[in-house]
Amino acid sequence: MQTDLLQEARRQAEICNACRYCEGYCSVFPALHRERAFADGTLIQLANLCHNCRGCYYACQYTAPHEFNLNLPGILADLRHESWEDFACPAPLARAFQKSGVMIALATLLGFAALFWAARGLGSTDGEGFYAVLSHNAMVAIFAPAFLLPLVSLWIGLRRYWAATGGGAVRLGDIAAAFGSASRMKNLAGGHGDGCNFEEEDRFSHARRFAHQAVMYGFLLSFAATSAATVMHYGFGLRAPYALWSLPKLLGLSGGVLLTGGAVWMLVLKLRADKHLGAATAWGGEVAFILLLGFVAASGLALYASTGTAAMPVLLSLHLGAVLAFFLLTPFSKMAHGFYRLAALVREGKSAR
Amino acid sequence: MTKTYDIAIIGGGNAALCAAMTAAEAGARVLILETAPKPYRGGNSRHTRNFRCMHSGPLGPLVESYSEEEYFADLLKVTGGRTDEKLARLAIRTSQDCLPWMQAHGVRFQPSLSGTLSLARTNAFFMGGGKSLVNAYYRTAAGLGVDVLYEANVTHLELDGDRIAWVDYTQGEQAHRIEPKAVIVASGGFQADTDWLTRAWGPAAENFLIRGTPYNRGVVLADLLDQGVHSVGDPTQCHAVAIDGRAPKFDGGIVTRLDCVPFSIVVNKDGARFYDEGEDVWPKRYAIWGRLVAAQPDQVGYVIIDAKSLNLFMPSVFPPIEANTLDGLAQKLGLPAEKLRKTVNDFNAACGDTSGFHPTELDGVATTGLVPPKTNWARPITEAPFYGYSLRTGVTFTYLGLKVDENAQCSTDTGPIRNLWAAGETMAGSILGQGYLAGYGMTIGTVFGRIAGREAAAYAN
Repeated sequence: MQTDLLQEARRQAEICNACRYCEGYCSVFPALHRERAFADGTLIQLANLCHNCRGCYYACQYTAPHEFNLNLPGILADLRHESWEDFACPAPLARAFQKSGVMIALATLLGFAALFWAARGLGSTDGEGFYAVLSHNAMVAIFAPAFLLPLVSLWIGLRRYWAATGGGAVRLGDIAAAFGSASRMKNLAGGHGDGCNFEEEDRFSHARRFAHQAVMYGFLLSFAATSAATVMHYGFGLRAPYALWSLPKLLGLSGGVLLTGGAVWMLVLKLRADKHLGAATAWGGEVAFILLLGFVAASGLALYASTGTAAMPVLLSLHLGAVLAFFLLTPFSKMAHGFYRLAALVREGKSAR
Repeated sequence: MTKTYDIAIIGGGNAALCAAMTAAEAGARVLILETAPKPYRGGNSRHTRNFRCMHSGPLGPLVESYSEEEYFADLLKVTGGRTDEKLARLAIRTSQDCLPWMQAHGVRFQPSLSGTLSLARTNAFFMGGGKSLVNAYYRTAAGLGVDVLYEANVTHLELDGDRIAWVDYTQGEQAHRIEPKAVIVASGGFQADTDWLTRAWGPAAENFLIRGTPYNRGVVLADLLDQGVHSVGDPTQCHAVAIDGRAPKFDGGIVTRLDCVPFSIVVNKDGARFYDEGEDVWPKRYAIWGRLVAAQPDQVGYVIIDAKSLNLFMPSVFPPIEANTLDGLAQKLGLPAEKLRKTVNDFNAACGDTSGFHPTELDGVATTGLVPPKTNWARPITEAPFYGYSLRTGVTFTYLGLKVDENAQCSTDTGPIRNLWAAGETMAGSILGQGYLAGYGMTIGTVFGRIAGREAAAYAN
């Protein structure tokens, strides 16, 4: 962890602790006010608890040009990104991808290439629909490790996070509360429920919260679609392609639409927001990640629309290539924040008790 | 073509904004002339955090009730009776209607902050503090069509008989003159003008720190007083509290407060004690310590505590000076070591049984035979490491202001000025003769801001 980031976060936290005006905005302040001196682990926990709603920044009487020069959401965002890079396994991959849009784009292109190569090289002898392009077994051979390895990596990262923040034993109640908070994105609602400050300075709105919820629930629905299909395939011997009114299609279509729309909305908001209240150096990586996520969803929808046309094999390779890149980058891109954020909420539940 | 305005409001804090919104809602075209640049807009309001509010039952974030009589009694206690009862009661009675009005205009409240539980019944805290209130009001005002000019320095209001004929202001190099139908002055006191403060208080004032905005220079106040507009309040006095001596000259705000005096001994630069540090709980004593420190050589004091008291008070923005010996601490603070050692030894020897020590109430743990005594929380200073803070006088506001009537209207010897009203800190001297009651400044600003806006709009329409 960079000492200068920690030192700056500590300086700002000490000023906040002497002021306390922002106590009502989010979970960060009650957590901050419980401390008197700020250990590194505490600062990392605060950084991951911060949802970057920016309410505290616009309310702050000590932001620049004031000599105290506070920008709490900014420094916590920097520290948060730094912590993901440090805890990631292997860490050099996180350093390569977390902040760099170019690297994410390159990884995605490699994903495309891998799938075109697979479709051409491995091919399929007797599949139907998508499996006519790439056999089911070949897809599993590629995607099972691409799904499981990142999960192992994330697990290691979270363990490191838990140790660094002095987590200790976990209670079911804290986990339930964390999921409850995340599902409503309570920390983006502002303590008053008017939302957060993002796209138009100090104006409160729910735009970012709703956009983020669209992305999150869109992703979860899409993921549920894949899971449902897996169960139908292996459990019931029901093979794709599925009908429009089947579970995988219903979940996948609604998820795809939500995820595509959410990603576009997020990008629009992000372009309007002040970069310097977030992790300014990670902006490129974040935008590329949203683009990748949006592309996964949009290409999935396009793929469905292309069924039976000549464009299908190309779209399949593009879609699966993007999915592959997305899965593999999960521990090393912005996607990791969801897992760390949940861990921070669980950790806060424990401290607040 | 230049847009013409019905009402010009001088100042950009709480009172100005309340006046602007009220007048705009009544159909007036309103211009705010704020002398600060946008990041520093809002005057001292940006440093405030709550609003003292009368209520006959639970209201918004406020619990139980707080009657007019209790509120007024609290006010009398701090002002020592130096208050205009009619205006004070008007502010108190109207405060109850203000709270929902504030919410309707964008202010959000939160439960009282940690460390301020004693105010949960009487004071409604702004979520995010005063700057978030100011932000919300600017947004609401903009939605109502109020125009705002930043870095607009009003230099002169021309008083022609019983009306203000024009307003002169500069913006950048450019001088402007406008002729609004009505003018509301809401530009605070003069505490940021060190020369004026020095003339009023004496040379010691040069060493005072200003807790709030550097933009309250009293330019318009002086201009109006020069033209014979009635004033109120003691021109030589200011409300001053003891704050961390390392605070910036201006705008240090809340974080520079130091709550450790009751658990300490305080010495001057010669290493001598000068007042009972344990006379009462700190919320009731921080104001008199501003004056006490102002009376010491170089207007500075030094708080000395030991390890066992470090966690008894709210953390301060600046870490304490730390040393393992008293001599070491004296050296770091620039105090005469031998004298400090003697002062501490004398104090320690005068301490008695400390078993009744209780940090949050008057515990009667006192010194015996010491001059000056310490009458509560007197525990010997013995446990290393030792800690020190410097203490200086921090000015919050000045009392001299424009005298107004119950319609917030200003006057001269010949009677009311037809089109001039005042609100906020600049007329608070009409109500607060001395002392201060937490959250009452925002009450005065809100109540009289709304009155001024209403009256000015009625005149202009």
